[in-house]
Amino acid sequence: MISADGVHFTYPNGNEVLRGIDLRIDDGEFLAIMGENGAGKTTLIKTFNGLLRPTKGQVFVNEIDTKKTSVASLSRNVGLVFQNPDHQLFCETVRDEVAYSLRNFGYSRDIVERRVKGILETLDLVPYMNSSPFMLSGGERKRVALASVLVWNPQHIVLDEPTIGQDYQQKDRLRNFIVQLNSQGKTVIMVTHDVEFVAECRPRVMLLSRGKIIGDGRADKILTDGRLIDQASLLHPQISLMFSSFNDLPHDVIDVYSAYTIVKKRIRGSRNVIASL
Amino acid sequence: MRIRHLPIIEIRNLSFSYAGAQRKSLNNVSIQIERGDFVVITGPSGCGKTTLCRCLNGLVPNFYTGDLSGEVLVCGKSIRKESTGSLSRHVGFVFQNPENQLFSLTVERDVAFGPENLGLVREETRRRMEWALKATGVEELRDRAPYELSGGQQQRVAIASVLAMRPEIIVLDEPTSFLDPKSSQEILQVVARLNKDLGITVFLVEHRLDLATRHSNRVVVMDKGSIVLDGLPEDVYNERAHLIGIGMPKVTVLFRLLRQDGIETSRTPVTVEVGIEELRKILRS
Repeated sequence: MISADGVHFTYPNGNEVLRGIDLRIDDGEFLAIMGENGAGKTTLIKTFNGLLRPTKGQVFVNEIDTKKTSVASLSRNVGLVFQNPDHQLFCETVRDEVAYSLRNFGYSRDIVERRVKGILETLDLVPYMNSSPFMLSGGERKRVALASVLVWNPQHIVLDEPTIGQDYQQKDRLRNFIVQLNSQGKTVIMVTHDVEFVAECRPRVMLLSRGKIIGDGRADKILTDGRLIDQASLLHPQISLMFSSFNDLPHDVIDVYSAYTIVKKRIRGSRNVIASL
Repeated sequence: MRIRHLPIIEIRNLSFSYAGAQRKSLNNVSIQIERGDFVVITGPSGCGKTTLCRCLNGLVPNFYTGDLSGEVLVCGKSIRKESTGSLSRHVGFVFQNPENQLFSLTVERDVAFGPENLGLVREETRRRMEWALKATGVEELRDRAPYELSGGQQQRVAIASVLAMRPEIIVLDEPTSFLDPKSSQEILQVVARLNKDLGITVFLVEHRLDLATRHSNRVVVMDKGSIVLDGLPEDVYNERAHLIGIGMPKVTVLFRLLRQDGIETSRTPVTVEVGIEELRKILRS
């Protein structure tokens, strides 16, 4: 469990980015943190693994105060994948990059090889395993960064903008993978601007604006609340924008498949009525 | 004025592999872009979009070396013969990651850097800088250091620094990746205005087609280093684009699913507005 109690954070230049955050993320939850640029999302998740310590208030990971433990110790429980993969990649090959943490944790050669192979396959990185991460495209590097964290199997996985640079198929794969991790009991926390990705994943959504939490709840409630969306500089999912133009269609539909099912049902229904006349 | 009819970008049989790479990043690409076009380039990650962008201002092959064959003409100039500096007068480049192109101590200095380097008089440099800061909504950040800004703010500054050069072509490589949705929409609107009002040719790499499509007159889909689809957005989305794995607008996906069930529409909606019209027709019939 991760919890925050009255967390404030001010950068050394005096910029106060977090202004009183209270939250509780239970084990096994799937949470999306959204909000405008500069809202404090990245700063907030950096407090989860101790990279940043609150200037006021406390963050607890499994009831341990992050101020009273080391980043190295916290990172075993909280795996953070940065927004910019170049901030965490440094090895000569993709395989070494992904194996780095496991070797550092002292796992045996067999386990390292097995785990690295598994994660490379899952994230479609096998063809690049002997390439330098820096020869890969932005989207591919992002997946290498993700693999290098997931490989050590942390309980809490924190992803900063995981969909940036990913194409549709990879997003789909990522979504399935996240759902799979979540169903295995992992806590998944992602910071994202990708409204459509969230609409398809339907996690709990927390909205941040100017360092404060302004909304927290189910995706279909939060992403169809015009006032909150505006305040957090988001846009409505396309599907809800369409459906909200119709009085006789539900206004809390955000994903394509639900919309498709509803429209199909409506058309079949009216065809059946006509057929029975 | 025959030159007006020449394509502003002409690429013929272009192939390129990075030095030391085993696979070709571009494989026999040919395309012509007309002056004033707003072209959206999309395709799976690693398909060669960024490499193609790098060819347009000569970063490939001048900076990123490798094995290049074929020809790339930008404003009639061959990228093999021109330096990247010389091409930068014609082509503005906005990178995927803004941290790669911001280096000054203040936002103002960064935006003024390009015009200053062109040797413009002080007043003109200031005028362009003010205009670019305003167009991208970063006026209030002018005295801040780029490195202390959020990713989204940095990208706006990067776009401002390119706008200040007043180029004929702007190449943007996933410029909205780091922006929140509303800022993304605003930036693409700024780019669309530059295209519409000033006739600047736009070459935009985007995965977020829900936001980009409405401004474009042409969508090009790449896969494995080649161009596989090229045309009007509605035509391209009608074809096998979904099989290649591009993120079509959700409204388009909805109508594709309905069509598979025999529920036909007269048009392929690529924007919410058209989607609403078509849905109304379906529900009424």
